[in-house]
Amino acid sequence: MMPTIGTSGLIFNEPLLWEMGAKGRTAFSLPAEDVPRAPVNEGLCGVGPDFPDLCEPDIVRHYTRLSQWNIGVDSGMYPLGSCTMKYNPKTNERQAGLPGIAAAHPLLPADHCQGLLGLIYKLERLLAQITGLDEVTLQPAAGSQGELTGMMIFNAYHLASGNRRTKVLIPDTAHGTNPASASLCGFKPVAVPSNDQGILDARIVADLMDEDTAGIMVTNPNTLGLFEDNINAVADAVHAKGGLVYCDGANFNAVMGIVDLAACGVDVLHLNLHKTFSTPHGGGGPGAGPVCVTRDLAPFLPVPRVVKENNRYEWSESFPHSVGKLHAFYGNFGILVRAYSYILSMGDHLKSASQFAVLNANYIKEGLKAVFHLPYDRPCMHECVFTDKYQREYKVSTLDMAKRLMDYGFHPPTIHFPLVVSGAIMIEPTESESKQTLDGFVSAMQQIAREAETEPDRLHHAPHFPKLKRLDETRAARKPLLGG
Amino acid sequence: MRYLPHTPEEVSAMLSAVGADNLDELFAHIPEVCRRNTPLGLPEPLSEWELDRHMDGLSGTTAIQPEYMVFMGAGSYDHLIPEVIKQLLQRGEIYTAYTPYQAEVSQGTLQIIYEYQTLVSRLLGLDVANASMYDGASALAEALLMAMRVTKRSKVAVSRAIHPLYRRVVQTYLEPAGFEIVELDYNTQGRTDLSALDDSENLAAVAVQSPNFFGCVEDMAAMEKAIHADAKTMLVATFTEPLAFGLYQSPGDLGADIACGEGQSLGLPRSFGGPGLGLFACRQAHIRNMPGRLAGQTVDLDGKRGFVLTLATREQHIRRGKATSNICTNQGLCATAAAMFMATLGGTGFRRLARINYDNAEYLKGELKKNGIAIAFETPTFNEFVIRLGEGSKRIYRQLMAKKIIAGLPLDKYYTELEDHYLICVTETSTKADLDILVKEVTA
Repeated sequence: MMPTIGTSGLIFNEPLLWEMGAKGRTAFSLPAEDVPRAPVNEGLCGVGPDFPDLCEPDIVRHYTRLSQWNIGVDSGMYPLGSCTMKYNPKTNERQAGLPGIAAAHPLLPADHCQGLLGLIYKLERLLAQITGLDEVTLQPAAGSQGELTGMMIFNAYHLASGNRRTKVLIPDTAHGTNPASASLCGFKPVAVPSNDQGILDARIVADLMDEDTAGIMVTNPNTLGLFEDNINAVADAVHAKGGLVYCDGANFNAVMGIVDLAACGVDVLHLNLHKTFSTPHGGGGPGAGPVCVTRDLAPFLPVPRVVKENNRYEWSESFPHSVGKLHAFYGNFGILVRAYSYILSMGDHLKSASQFAVLNANYIKEGLKAVFHLPYDRPCMHECVFTDKYQREYKVSTLDMAKRLMDYGFHPPTIHFPLVVSGAIMIEPTESESKQTLDGFVSAMQQIAREAETEPDRLHHAPHFPKLKRLDETRAARKPLLGG
Repeated sequence: MRYLPHTPEEVSAMLSAVGADNLDELFAHIPEVCRRNTPLGLPEPLSEWELDRHMDGLSGTTAIQPEYMVFMGAGSYDHLIPEVIKQLLQRGEIYTAYTPYQAEVSQGTLQIIYEYQTLVSRLLGLDVANASMYDGASALAEALLMAMRVTKRSKVAVSRAIHPLYRRVVQTYLEPAGFEIVELDYNTQGRTDLSALDDSENLAAVAVQSPNFFGCVEDMAAMEKAIHADAKTMLVATFTEPLAFGLYQSPGDLGADIACGEGQSLGLPRSFGGPGLGLFACRQAHIRNMPGRLAGQTVDLDGKRGFVLTLATREQHIRRGKATSNICTNQGLCATAAAMFMATLGGTGFRRLARINYDNAEYLKGELKKNGIAIAFETPTFNEFVIRLGEGSKRIYRQLMAKKIIAGLPLDKYYTELEDHYLICVTETSTKADLDILVKEVTA
């Protein structure tokens, strides 16, 4: 067995912010008050927020200690399935922090921010080129908002052709945001069962598709890590009834330079820049969820859009069929800067990134399929999905194994998703991990499988190394304590 | 490529382990028709140093301080950001982590969210704040959707003194599902006119912004009374400048049922409008209808205090089509920055910073008035107010621009009736000398 990278070490306890400090401390260098005090309408005034007073070293130690209770991609392999936890290049942070970017007011006249408008314009063109679709909006602030934008485009498209459709087809393997986004836009989500191969069957889709159905949302590659081989036949069935095909591109990291989404029959696609295009996940955002569409659907994209005339960029609102606005300004611009920097750094190496991401996932699949149950034994794309079927015999669950993996120095994979697989363990290594790291991961997983047989209690009580033992989620939900 | 670890030897060893002859074979199962037949054809990759030069060039075209004086707010504010925050945010354990589903290796993120929720609920004067929304505009749209879930009504009233771009986002969110929006006009004082409420029954919510888009502080006490005359109708209080609550009463203290708005002022750079931060808080009674993530306190197996994501049964990954929102990834790192900012200022500092903003704005307002510039609305403001430049204002604005002074935001684009009106913003980043220059140039 290989030596593991997980170990224990000294970390610090740290209280909550309001359990520390002393009235009168400050960590902020306030500017001098060089204008006279102005009278104020006392009737409108309050007492100000009850925040603790701390000094600068208090703040630095507080957040440094808290950070040490976390694992990030910078700490180690973080194979969270469907989240694409790849390396976040440091240079991208430099670019987003440039004064002309960080300090830019969003409502500056166009002549005073040409570089930034140009960045938006160029990034849209780059994403069109990479996906195969024609036009792009960068406004959605995350994947879910991209999905919502896509559903609004469905709605606007059908209304423009004079009919309101009420349903959207969504495969049972879809991420929960898909039905939630469809509902938010007023559609009724209709579940489509996947077949025994874990993918869509065009005949089932054709049977469900009717003229009240606006279209389908397909995640491709899907959440089982499988390519939807029947995507064209599915698209034909949907198009035959006047519907549209939405592709959830959360897993686009598997197919850059390999698949042309327009050729697959896709009309609308969202990308997650915080997954495929290396922007940091930030502990839960900010992300960005650009939406790419075919030429026919471009009139419906959100406004304002950047247009280029005589080598000058300008905002335009002249799109009367637009769905409207999703964000007060233009979305998470700082994230767009990072993705743009990544694409310019990578160039056609983006295809290598996808190839290595898929190679890594297949390598893990081959390395573990002898010890973990593989529900769909087919070539996988960027991730592979196992279950706890073999270990359940020893009363060891997916959750136990995920928690034990922490002791070995790895962030656990996504678990209990997709819902169609009982006890799912969904592993997405990304292209950032080397063969050596993958060997360490495979070895740790094999060791855990052995422990499941020989010392199951070690797993039931896992994790052992992190600062806290297993946390009681039921108690948190039963008596919610959401602030101090 | 420096981000990719694979050597040719490793690639061939791995290929043989998976039983493939080459990388293309890994994709052999993809139908021919779906494939891309040509290379990506992207520009040649840039080295780190070439990228720096390219980005310096793009960034260099923007009008920013200190070369320019930008007196523009309108939902995006210039505030001082301590170096401490910038550096702590760059800790890889924080910014390269994701959603803290695995609590035992995410206690840092979870405690940060819990502290953020607490500080935001104290700032807004309400019981519970969530872990963040995308921005102020979508937070307002989600608040109105929440009010419709709570009240089981399908009509809302929205003040025209709310940020015009927020109102457009509200319309985009509410229209497809068929919800009705009534607009309430503003009066000569720059405050919301509630008389239109008399004609509207069965409102799920009334949304007002304070300080509003014109910078005016609304008469929330009167409004609260009028709105709650129908006991079911919810008061949704929105804002673009939360620093104002360091001076003025918080939305919760004024009777708001939901408070939501933009948190960019709390330690985030303007960044051309994003990433910002949607703040969202409500009363305890309504938490199960709330959108977004929540961190809650619990204990581990040894009884030690810890934190987890909780009340997930409201959320899309459990409830799917019946979730309270589709939001998943939110603005986690921005919320972290905001928590750091509030902690850095503390209660004492927050009040003082708010007061500096107010005093600077009042000084500028007074000086402009003294020099014959009309102040459009005689209502108390915080750090923004509307001036009327009179005829030839567009020429004056352009001339100032040529002198590298951006004298506020022209309002005619958003309110046709407000031709020659400009929304001026001044924060703690301006000195008296800066303000004197603006006065001199505007009145020249």
